[in-house]
Amino acid sequence: MNKIPDNRAWWLVLPVFLLVAFSALIPLMTVVNYSVQDIFGPGQAYYVGTEWFKEVLADERLRDSLVRQFVFSGFVLLIQIPLGIGVALMMPRSGIKGSLCLILIAIPLLIPWNVVGTIWQIFARGDIGLFGWGINQLGIDYNYTGDTLDAWLTVLLMDVWHWTPLVALLCYSGLRAIPEAFYQAAEIDRASKWAVFRYIQLPRLKSVLIIAVLLRFMDSFMIYIEPFVLTGGGPGSSTTFLSQTLTTMAIGQFDLGRAAAFSLIYFLIVLLISWLFFTAITHADKEK
Amino acid sequence: MRQTRSKNIGITIYILLLLTPVYWLLNMSFKTSREILGGLTLWPQNFTFDNYVVIFTDPSWYNGYLNSMAYVSINVVITLLVALPAAYAFSRYKFLGDKHLFFWLLSNRMAPPAVFLLPFFQLYSSIGLFDTHIAVALAHCLFNVPLAVWILEGFMKGVPREYDEMAYIDGYSFPRFFIKVFLPMIRSGIGVTAFFAFMFSWVELLLARTLTAVDAQPIGAIMTRTIGASGIDWGVLAAAGVLTIIPGLLVIWFVRNHVAKGFALGRV
Repeated sequence: MNKIPDNRAWWLVLPVFLLVAFSALIPLMTVVNYSVQDIFGPGQAYYVGTEWFKEVLADERLRDSLVRQFVFSGFVLLIQIPLGIGVALMMPRSGIKGSLCLILIAIPLLIPWNVVGTIWQIFARGDIGLFGWGINQLGIDYNYTGDTLDAWLTVLLMDVWHWTPLVALLCYSGLRAIPEAFYQAAEIDRASKWAVFRYIQLPRLKSVLIIAVLLRFMDSFMIYIEPFVLTGGGPGSSTTFLSQTLTTMAIGQFDLGRAAAFSLIYFLIVLLISWLFFTAITHADKEK
Repeated sequence: MRQTRSKNIGITIYILLLLTPVYWLLNMSFKTSREILGGLTLWPQNFTFDNYVVIFTDPSWYNGYLNSMAYVSINVVITLLVALPAAYAFSRYKFLGDKHLFFWLLSNRMAPPAVFLLPFFQLYSSIGLFDTHIAVALAHCLFNVPLAVWILEGFMKGVPREYDEMAYIDGYSFPRFFIKVFLPMIRSGIGVTAFFAFMFSWVELLLARTLTAVDAQPIGAIMTRTIGASGIDWGVLAAAGVLTIIPGLLVIWFVRNHVAKGFALGRV
């Protein structure tokens, strides 16, 4: 649709602008303000320039949790995107069965994140949880509170359980948008199942998949409450991700300057990557 | 035919695996704590509603649900009120800085809530809104408003502009056109947007917990607090968890026919 140039449209956007400015700009400015000062108490703040940034970038603990975060987000994408596409391909295309599948698959998305943690905390326990008990019963020594690898696998499994439905639903809606004629043409050509997927379904899923990757990357990069409830970041700090490190610093230790500098770096990483994705999306739109 | 059957089997297995952890929670919520700790049973041997009774009779429990409902509802209303006109502007007009504004809005959806934790706490404390429903509702606008604008813009683009022009020729003023003609046409879009706003506000806990203490404490915070106190009553915890899933199920049931379209059009 051709849009009409009209600057009066700003009046319609103004409420959103003010609201988001209030809840995003003011806090962000506060963070910037903190990040360049050393604060001992009310009225006792000293300008320290880029000191905090240098310190944060050199901090071993933060670098570790950044690396952990990237590894985690990488695995999340590697597992959830193919799995989500697979599930979407298997879902019935319409009718009551379609709606029912849709609702059942959406259930994990509707559960508050701390309850997701609680569910897995119970489910994966060796004594009272079906999953942990089952694994132990198979003769494999499994204990997510004591063993680093087990804790990692449990957090990853929990995230796959929690968020693959989102990828599946996005792909499902993308698949439903493909006109029936495409499939009929493929049938006349006697295209194999793989060819149908590769040359009809996958290209049509491109834009949906970009969004799925974007959302999964962002949200896995901000993960906090689920591993916090499940493992508490342990054993040791093996499942402590960026948000938890930051929260401990800001609320737990009240280390304002350092936490603020850390926040800004964190935000900038997310923003940079989201900008890359956003450009990719608009390019994909143009090609269409 | 064979292909459809193997697909059906595949999706059934996936859904069963998906529901097993939820079933386990449900199962546990109907057990007595003696049974839970006594050994593993696949279904409750002594079926009991005691855990639910605890929650429905103790104000410190059920107030958590009421608080969560309150701020989620306020948030959905605010989100829709501000996002509707803005989405209309983005879908119909070119204006100074529109693309930048849109990206800036979206960037707030991408911002880790942990970043805003401390400033939010101070901001809302300083204007006297700390521990109120409205504070959490406003804080959740940070990610819900951009999302709502995005989804609604997708739906509004699907309505041809000829409708707008016809309405003006018929002598409708803009507000009257918007409310009487335009909004009914994108009903399903509004429903889907409300669903997503509800969902993201309902599942968020980090901000909700930080901005409240007693009077507006969400159910999630009450649940984590219970874990800290004198051992864990797994049965009550499980019952509380089950109850948090129900509102979401009700809401998605209402928009079930439009949700798939919402995902496609609005590009959540």
